[in-house]
Amino acid sequence: MTDTLTTRRRQLISPRALPYVLSLPALLVCIGILIPFVTAIYYSLQRYRMSQPWNRGMNWGENYVKFLTDSDFWNTLKVSLVYAGSTVVLELLLGLAIALLLKKRSTVNNFISIMLLLPLMTAPALAALMFKLMTNPNFGILSYFMQVIGFEDFRWGSSPDTALFTVILVDIWVYTPFMMILLLAGLRSLPTQPFEAAALDGVPQLEQFWRITLPMLMPYILTAALFRLLDSIQQFDIIYAMTQGGPGDTLMVFQVEAYLNFFQSTNVGRSAALLLILWAITYVLSNIFVKNWLRLRERAKGGA
Amino acid sequence: MDHTSFLERWFRRAALTVIIIFFMFPIFWIVLMSLQTNETILRSPPSMSFAPTLDNYTAILAGRLDSNVASMGIDFVNNLMNSIILSVCSVAVALALGVPAAYAFARHKFRGSEDIAFTLLSFRFAPPLLVLLPLTLYFQEIGLADTYLGLVWVYQLICLPLILWIVRGYFEDISPDIEYAYRIAGHSWFSTFRKIALPLAGPGIAAAGLLAFIFAWNNFIFALVLASADKQPVTVGALAFVTASGIQYGQIAAAIVLSIAPTLALALWAQRYLVEGLSLGAVKG
Repeated sequence: MTDTLTTRRRQLISPRALPYVLSLPALLVCIGILIPFVTAIYYSLQRYRMSQPWNRGMNWGENYVKFLTDSDFWNTLKVSLVYAGSTVVLELLLGLAIALLLKKRSTVNNFISIMLLLPLMTAPALAALMFKLMTNPNFGILSYFMQVIGFEDFRWGSSPDTALFTVILVDIWVYTPFMMILLLAGLRSLPTQPFEAAALDGVPQLEQFWRITLPMLMPYILTAALFRLLDSIQQFDIIYAMTQGGPGDTLMVFQVEAYLNFFQSTNVGRSAALLLILWAITYVLSNIFVKNWLRLRERAKGGA
Repeated sequence: MDHTSFLERWFRRAALTVIIIFFMFPIFWIVLMSLQTNETILRSPPSMSFAPTLDNYTAILAGRLDSNVASMGIDFVNNLMNSIILSVCSVAVALALGVPAAYAFARHKFRGSEDIAFTLLSFRFAPPLLVLLPLTLYFQEIGLADTYLGLVWVYQLICLPLILWIVRGYFEDISPDIEYAYRIAGHSWFSTFRKIALPLAGPGIAAAGLLAFIFAWNNFIFALVLASADKQPVTVGALAFVTASGIQYGQIAAAIVLSIAPTLALALWAQRYLVEGLSLGAVKG
């Protein structure tokens, strides 16, 4: 009894303050990160080129207004949306197909799904370099395959016609396994009764897929697609490592354009404004995502 | 009936073979390239018959690159060391900060706890450059530019949300009754946390730490913006190496293999936990 009392007295932190004390360090680190965020908003409202420090001053949103008539900006928006849209759709279709193929739990299927983790765990920047070596015009194995099947002059990342295709291919190689893993876990967690009932009634496989599998899998599909969309619209690593946004402005997605604006043309104001527009897009997407994700998380907890 | 299932089985096998080839071939080919000399790499048509050599690896590990034209020093070992230092320190800091916070969020629903947790999660989804670009200017002012300390701090942007949300899920799965019983027996809050909660969530914490390590290792943009050559990890170093060494393709391939090997090995070792971690706990593997 006295022992309990002494431990109570020795407690330096009152129980009510405890959770705050525990989360405070993590919070402080984040406040340190919020400061640059506010600074970025401030920069985006300025005429600010590092090469012309004398010319710096507030211009209250002129950077944003200029975007309306700036063809480079519309190109950036278009390339980002095309990149994000096509990678997510292709990865979703491919990931779903692979997940359906691997649905049954067997040694072989489990082994394959583990092997498919490897691309996902490869750094995207390094994956881009791997493909750069494989698409080298002199000795690249993929260039050689293209020659064999009749495309004599397929120049992959260095031609404006195929650069987008090349980076999308790398993105698919790295991130399709992500879709596959999430959808496979979703497929395997579905209840079996509806399928047994449908099989008893003689419902064809294809109809089972459209009527039962797909609707029940929808929450997983939505979560996985939104997760990827959030990352894909911000893609930097693959594109920068492969072509640095080139050739020309073919691959100038938001973050690559903002990076080059900041470091090459030292136009800080425009760079910050670009990133804030990207942030606004991701903010809306992440709110939708979090709602879906929380619902799925609750379900995973309930089912476990 | 039998006929269709035979066809189906055959189709399945063919499809899976194509999938495996597509996803495994780049890794396989880069490993092959890393075992060849430049002469055999440049052969046309490409061929898989060659006498394997470890010269590329020894050149990288020894830090000297000798060709018939000239000999140059390479610092790729330094990049590997930087990757290890940055990833290990970032995960250690993220665990030290994130695990107590995750426990607080899981056990004590206090005012603003959900908002704070979501703010932390939102960092995972915001464009990293938005924070990085102003940060370069700040870091130069306060002397954190090009230091491990500054980089480890910024790496918390990826490590901390990951650890916080995964570990929180594991703490929520543990019944609080065990902890109450231990507290009633007269133990302090801290010893309850250390002796009961931490060991029970141990596997989850380890899994979150591994995943955070992989993400820190694979990160490219933070170090590209904030680190100069002597602090760069492998992801940035490999890109610089490609530019610097030009045509030493065998060595480039060997450098890439050395850079991806650690994360691939960890992934294979811990694959059981990855599914749950990758979806931040939304999907059970």
